[in-house]
Amino acid sequence: MAARLGLRLVALFYLAAILVAPLGLVCYRTCAHDAGAAWAALHAHATVHAFRVTLVAVAIAVPVNAVFGVVCALAIVRGRFPGRGFLNAFVDLPLALSPVVVGAALLLLYGRNGWLPGVHVLFSLRGIVLATTFVSLPFVAREVVPTLREIGDEQEQAAHTLGASGWQTFWRVTLPSIRWAVVYGVVLTTARCLGEYGAVAVVSGNIEGRTQTATLAVQDAYENLDRAGAYAISLALALGAVLVLVAMSLVRPREARS
Amino acid sequence: MSIAIRDVTKRFGSFAALDGVSVDVATGSLTALLGPSGSGKSTLLRVIAGLEMPDSGSVAIADEDVTRRSPQDRGVGFVFQHYAAFKHMTVWENVAFGLKIRHRPRVEVRARVAELLALVQLEGLERRYPAQLSGGQRQRMGLARALAVDPHVLLLDEPFGALDARVRTELRAWLRRLHDETRTTTVIVTHDQEEAMEVADEVVVMNRGRIEQAAGPRDLYERPANEFVMSFVGQVNRIGDAFVRPHDLELVLDAGASTREAMVQRIVHLGFEVQVELVRDDGAPLSVRLTRDEEERLELVRGDIVHVRPIRATTFS
Repeated sequence: MAARLGLRLVALFYLAAILVAPLGLVCYRTCAHDAGAAWAALHAHATVHAFRVTLVAVAIAVPVNAVFGVVCALAIVRGRFPGRGFLNAFVDLPLALSPVVVGAALLLLYGRNGWLPGVHVLFSLRGIVLATTFVSLPFVAREVVPTLREIGDEQEQAAHTLGASGWQTFWRVTLPSIRWAVVYGVVLTTARCLGEYGAVAVVSGNIEGRTQTATLAVQDAYENLDRAGAYAISLALALGAVLVLVAMSLVRPREARS
Repeated sequence: MSIAIRDVTKRFGSFAALDGVSVDVATGSLTALLGPSGSGKSTLLRVIAGLEMPDSGSVAIADEDVTRRSPQDRGVGFVFQHYAAFKHMTVWENVAFGLKIRHRPRVEVRARVAELLALVQLEGLERRYPAQLSGGQRQRMGLARALAVDPHVLLLDEPFGALDARVRTELRAWLRRLHDETRTTTVIVTHDQEEAMEVADEVVVMNRGRIEQAAGPRDLYERPANEFVMSFVGQVNRIGDAFVRPHDLELVLDAGASTREAMVQRIVHLGFEVQVELVRDDGAPLSVRLTRDEEERLELVRGDIVHVRPIRATTFS
């Protein structure tokens, strides 16, 4: 009993120290001290633009990676081709690489003296989208792979014997079976895209009002000693992430019960 | 519809799951593929369904070569050992699946599903999800789902293997009645010889990717083609070169011309019958089946010395 209580306290303390306290402080600072300044910072033209850039990156990277992740997971679990293990390991690469390294690699490839200098992606929205897509690539595949393994392929075989084509089987049997893994993967991907900093910092050029994302705006504000602005944008980003998580947990149990 | 399998071979790596198998299944019959695990019976069923492609040989359903045809175009109903229920669909949606894929009119789908649910005795459970059904109910849903599209042949892969003994016996009898009503050509895979003998018109005994014998249950039991079939279909004692069924041995108290001495080791009461386990003078074990009356007349106890005489014996050249 005492041991279990102790374990709980440790877990709670850990969560509080690592997660809740810093987030709470951001919240507190923004609301209590400089509410007016924070509000103003959020309405600044550059901030609005930065959020728009982030949202565009999310809007492109998330669907692309959702589709890629499902296809990739199907290939890894159901596919019968040489190099399957290689693909499986390769998908995790963005998790293992530091985002800054990813940015540097993109620079090497597309930069002025890079290997593909004709393709203009640096210091543009394209570069930001590319970097964001790269770093958030593994999440959907990582969520879907174990679910696909767990459900096995008997339901798909049953669908085939009942006259369903491969495409019909995917839409009516496979996808509904993995939907929660996909949703969860999408949530993680979205959160990762919203928060991406390192790779984007390298390739975007951080041009205010043009290629500045919300996270870059936080960094900028902080460096310019605009604490209120930095906290306000941070809080907005955190709120976005929390909203996505809450929305998911609200929908999920209702479905799982039925 | 009839099924004709000719010289089918299927290898998984270096393992030959099917090694030149030819089988004929008559229209409207209920055929059992019987064999130990790894004998190739499930692989053969999956080859018929198109879920496995044979390396060589051909499969014909209703006199049409379907060897290279995909499962969706073969007109087979397949029932899986572990149900393969669509977990995200209700019972109704599961059964309606094949009809909806074929874009049948809604009225027809509704009528057909209702008819099938009545046939498999699942009325009133339409809105349940598979997770809310018992194993037996799930498998009956699987059967209804497979029958919904009026398959040419119905293929069942150890359909009752995951169920407990009582439900299994019930469903077996029920399947036989269902088959007598629908007369759909049916192939059932099982490793349980009792199940095969009880339910099927024709039993195909398989071993190591080959067919050992195909015959009716009675012929199979009375005229087994070889040692494997004899010992797989029912219990058997080996006495010299001869094989004797436990119920074809007589126990007597006094030695006679053709008797051998044995000692009673164990007496197992099975209800109407009694199984007596003995050890012969040369140390070989023997099983004898008696009726309860016979056993009572002999007043056997453990350690008794008795004499055994074969009434009917089989030898294979």
